[in-house]
Amino acid sequence: MSSPVTQKSGLFDCRDAYVKTLEALGAADERIVAVVNDSVGSSKLGGFRDRFPERLINVGIAEQNMVGVGAGLANGGKVAFVSGASCFLTGRSLEQVKADVAYSQANVKLCGISSGVAYGELGPTHHSIEDVAWLRTMGDITVLVPADPWETEQCIRAAAAMDGPLFIRISRMGVPALPRPADASFTIGKAEVLREGGDGAILANGTMVCRALEAAEALAAQGISARVVNMCSMSPIDEEAILAAAQTGAIVTVEEHSVRGGLGSAVAEIVSQNTPCRMKILGFAGFQPTGSAEFLMEHSGLTAPNIAAALRGLLGR
Amino acid sequence: MPESRPRNGQTLAERAAFVREQARWIRKRALRMVFDARQGHPGGDLSATDALAALYFDVMRYDPADPRWAGRDRFILSKGHATGALYSTLALAGFFPQEELTTYMQPLSRLNGHPNRNKIPGVETNTGPLGHGMPVAVGIAIAAQIDKADYRTFIITGDGELQEGSNWEAAMTAGHRKLSSLTLIVDRNRLQQGAGTEDTVGLDPLDDKFRAFGWDVVEVDGHDIEALLPLLDGSIRHDKPLCIIANTVKGKGISFMENKASWHHGVPNAEQYEQAMKELDA
Ligand SMILES: Cc1ncc(C[n+]2csc(CCOP(=O)(O)OP(=O)(O)O)c2C)c(N)n1
Ligand SMILES: [Mg+2]
Repeated sequence: MSSPVTQKSGLFDCRDAYVKTLEALGAADERIVAVVNDSVGSSKLGGFRDRFPERLINVGIAEQNMVGVGAGLANGGKVAFVSGASCFLTGRSLEQVKADVAYSQANVKLCGISSGVAYGELGPTHHSIEDVAWLRTMGDITVLVPADPWETEQCIRAAAAMDGPLFIRISRMGVPALPRPADASFTIGKAEVLREGGDGAILANGTMVCRALEAAEALAAQGISARVVNMCSMSPIDEEAILAAAQTGAIVTVEEHSVRGGLGSAVAEIVSQNTPCRMKILGFAGFQPTGSAEFLMEHSGLTAPNIAAALRGLLGR
Repeated sequence: MPESRPRNGQTLAERAAFVREQARWIRKRALRMVFDARQGHPGGDLSATDALAALYFDVMRYDPADPRWAGRDRFILSKGHATGALYSTLALAGFFPQEELTTYMQPLSRLNGHPNRNKIPGVETNTGPLGHGMPVAVGIAIAAQIDKADYRTFIITGDGELQEGSNWEAAMTAGHRKLSSLTLIVDRNRLQQGAGTEDTVGLDPLDDKFRAFGWDVVEVDGHDIEALLPLLDGSIRHDKPLCIIANTVKGKGISFMENKASWHHGVPNAEQYEQAMKELDA
């Protein structure tokens, strides 16, 4: 694994970690190609295109074609990183994702750019708050939701190293680099406990992890010890970590995604059939009104204070 | 502010002059919306404005007081990102108050970056993902055919947008069914988001493609209102769907924006805004 990152100040756009890693991988492995839908700019793949012009395939504004072409490239021995706005990559091409990629077990890496509500004012057509639910139900495709630049890099490296289909959400929302021990490592299917705690647990992924940590910090000041678990790997999912969290008796889940079918649902599927515990699922209730990404998160209570309040609510404190 | 209703019994030159004044207002208003919101798609607003103005201020039959009147002509902006131009047009046509344009993309405004028919009167279907307008327009035209209704259906697509296969599935259906009430205007500005269409995935020869799919095809300067009006106003009868390839300029009317991909979703600074407004007034 690459060099560890200790906490840095400032906010990061995870697309930068994505393209930096992809370029490094591309330099070492000629099989790596990028496929885009008029999305070189929005995927920040200009650098990759300039270095490996023949390995950047722009199919135009044609997402179904893009995903199918990715599957064909995989058939021809390439490792295809198919990169476009998450809403169109998943929604428009859902059947290509299902039949050509997941069911066919093609070696395609679907990179959903600006997932969640990153497109803010461009509205529900451009929000991608259904993607994890859609892809998670297929079972035969890895689904990853990294939280910061370090984890994004690890995910992209893991994607290239494995043979088979994968979907990764790559946010452009500014996120801090999470504090991690120097020997931190990333494994697909493993959750990451970022903070120990026994009164309750906050399970989060993607852009919500930093907010979950902030909430736990606030709760600690009030005498409540909350565990924070980073659930980057949505499929396969770490059942053990979820069941351990359920042992605390209270779980709050937080995701930049619909409350239907995402992290909250995945956790509920597991705890309800094993060790039922009280739960609160935080996310988006449905199509969002007009507003910036930050506004919409506030509007739906995806903030540290509200996460803390949700856990206090479950604990009755 | 120009008058906002079409006038009848005039020469083509008078009609065109009227439409041009509306178009000027729409361009200025759209640009102000983008400037104030600090986002939007000015390039595609400006290339589509003349066709929008021709439709709403000369050609189409509609009643802003009764936006879902069954006999209305239908319009679909398939390139749903051009909301600066669309909302300005709808407000000027009387579908909602012009003052509301200042709320463009503001929190909880109904004027979202892409149009929502459940919130904005005059919008037929929610667009934003490219390649959705054509199938819906074809469905409307089939409904009109079944009902022997005389309303017409107009649609504007981008040109890059035509890389989406859904357009061609719909085009095939329209050609097969001879949907003569359907008129497609392709905003042929030759640019998409990141580059030229012909440098990305070429569309030419576009006219032959539509002809092969069973359409009548005409090419026109999309900013020449006098040329556009007779093609749109029903004075020429067609027994096939009609595709108007409107050769346009992305960013039309603002010298530093014209033909530049970077103005697809660029936002002018204060100085650029001032210059742009001057040029639009000239
Ligand atoms: C399905 C889909 N893919 C990608 C996009 C992102 N996108 C928005 S506008 C645009 C370029 C459109 O080009 P064109 O159709 O030529 O429109 P115009 O030049 O008139 O702005 C792209 C790729 C989208 N809105 N929908
Ligand atoms: Mg174009």
